[in-house]
Amino acid sequence: MWVFLATEIMFFGGLFCAYLIYRRWYFPSFAAASKSMDAGLGATNTAVLICSSLTVVLAVWAAQTARRTLLIGMLILTMLFGLAFLGIKGKEYKDKFEEHHVPGASFSFENVPVPGHPGEYANPRHAQIFFALYFVMTGIHALHMIIGLGIFTWLLVLAWKDRFTPEWHTPVEIGGLYWHFVDIIWIYLFPLLYLIDRHP
Amino acid sequence: MSDHAKSSPLKMYFGIWATLLILTFVTYRVAFIDLDPFNAAVALAIATIKATLVALFFMHVWHASEKLTKLVIIGALFFLALLLGLTMTDYASRLWS
Repeated sequence: MWVFLATEIMFFGGLFCAYLIYRRWYFPSFAAASKSMDAGLGATNTAVLICSSLTVVLAVWAAQTARRTLLIGMLILTMLFGLAFLGIKGKEYKDKFEEHHVPGASFSFENVPVPGHPGEYANPRHAQIFFALYFVMTGIHALHMIIGLGIFTWLLVLAWKDRFTPEWHTPVEIGGLYWHFVDIIWIYLFPLLYLIDRHP
Repeated sequence: MSDHAKSSPLKMYFGIWATLLILTFVTYRVAFIDLDPFNAAVALAIATIKATLVALFFMHVWHASEKLTKLVIIGALFFLALLLGLTMTDYASRLWS
């Protein structure tokens, strides 16, 4: 599983690399675009994912100590946190569509001031690249969340059938590792996309 | 697995969870304070602390991992550093010419 996660690190690493390069090139526009994000919702989603990581680690502990009810409860809670995350993400996407911040024909980012530089405005074409990276990075992250929900549904079925024992609960551990990894990706996406250049 | 982890990991799990939530709150608030170039540095430093906590304690790298696991992680981080480090040194030094 760790080898798979290593490949995932490189996969997301490429995206982070693209982000860093464009951020260097189009720094003022990236700052203006980043400032248009709803940092409150982003922080809420970070907290939601951290709570889900806690329930995952409790689920693994429940499997280790043969507590079936606790295991099922924690798996369900994890999935609820996951759904809450996706719900908030969906709300953010909806806002972006309404603000015409989605890259494409109807994209509009005119006369948005650059933070800290009065009289300067963001280049809409550069800001569009920020939003393209935002949608690709968070979209692929959300896809990972949806896959995670699928994995946890399967774990829930196995737990319901009482297949896990303290000796054999490898699927819970591996599913947990996957969930934590997706959490870690968000831990980096949150500051990079929402927080940097926030200050007035 | 050490004895400590066997006896009561629950306290540790909740402790790590609370720490992560506090760090999230801190990084959110610090983002609104003007530290000029250090805003990005602080945000990324806090993110790295959080990611390390999750990996070490929630993903059990600290207590119950084999050497091979650690090797894979260090290898992955090394190649990530190569990717980001070499790319950024390239782009950062292009203006020199």
